[in-house]
Amino acid sequence: MSLPPFQSLVDAHWRDVARLAYAPVGPVAADDVAQQAWTQALAAYPRLTHARNLRSWLLTVTHRCAMDHHRAARRSHPHEDPASLVTAPTQPPPDVPDGDLWTRVAALPPRQRDAVVLRFVGDLDHAAVAAALHTTPGMSRRLVSDALATLRLNLPDREDL
Amino acid sequence: MTDPFATLVPPPTAPPRLGPTDVSYVLEDTAVGRMLLAVRDDGRVVATAYAADDEAVARWLQRISDALSPRVLRHPGPTDAVRRALEAYLSGRAHDVDVAVDLVLARPFQREVLTTLRRSVGYGHRTTYGALASASGHPGASRAVGAALGGNPLCITLPCHRVLPAAGGVGGYAGGPEAKRLLLELEATVSR
Repeated sequence: MSLPPFQSLVDAHWRDVARLAYAPVGPVAADDVAQQAWTQALAAYPRLTHARNLRSWLLTVTHRCAMDHHRAARRSHPHEDPASLVTAPTQPPPDVPDGDLWTRVAALPPRQRDAVVLRFVGDLDHAAVAAALHTTPGMSRRLVSDALATLRLNLPDREDL
Repeated sequence: MTDPFATLVPPPTAPPRLGPTDVSYVLEDTAVGRMLLAVRDDGRVVATAYAADDEAVARWLQRISDALSPRVLRHPGPTDAVRRALEAYLSGRAHDVDVAVDLVLARPFQREVLTTLRRSVGYGHRTTYGALASASGHPGASRAVGAALGGNPLCITLPCHRVLPAAGGVGGYAGGPEAKRLLLELEATVSR
């Protein structure tokens, strides 16, 4: 079983992992989530049974860490309004334009939001998105297309979406 | 379709901070060329190899990954000792690169030859491929010995530069004949 040295994965994919960590949990926790994803990936790496598509493996680990982060946040603040957990971590970053779309993405139903983030921020194909969400590629397509339809509906002036 | 999130996620700032793991390495520019220094978690040195270009670096790292562990990270800390030892040797202050080594990257025959070499050919001394073949118990195998030394993962540390062709000249060297000549001159000057 021949795997590339872990450093080459870090060098090639740390930006993608950071971007994917940022999208679902926001700027404050993104660093922790990315850090945790790398730590977990490093620990599990020698046990991988094949070296195909290591990038999507890393992004799946990252997504799982982000979901764990949400779950932990929910556990530690059981009395908070659950709706705030969906919106709070996805505040638009202050220094980037088009924060409106960000808010709209945050307002999507959780499964649709996760699917659309994995598909476009992570640039995963539907098979990989489906694997990360424990569902089928068909359902992944459906989630993404529903999400895009909603976003399109709310952005009538954007033709390139 | 354009990426609708491209403007939303700010550019990431720093790679992850991961502590030293199974293998740590650095690339070090030395007087004889760029070298890859790799150390395993118990402190033993597995490679002091010439790596002039990125392709050579990738080849060595893949060899380490296959032979030892794929958990290979760039880390200066654990390689401090071998960096200092190499620097001491190249400046003439030390007569060998005084580190514990692990020949995990060498094949069994290579291991035999390199161990014999380290034991029998001291600082400032020279030998030939044929003589080293006999010393390691394989008389007549001078070509095989040459090939074994050519793939030496621990150049300078295991002094394959002290082995020369019987016919004269400096012969081949992983770091190039110029590096070999420089090392021989260094040892000749210091031991005089």
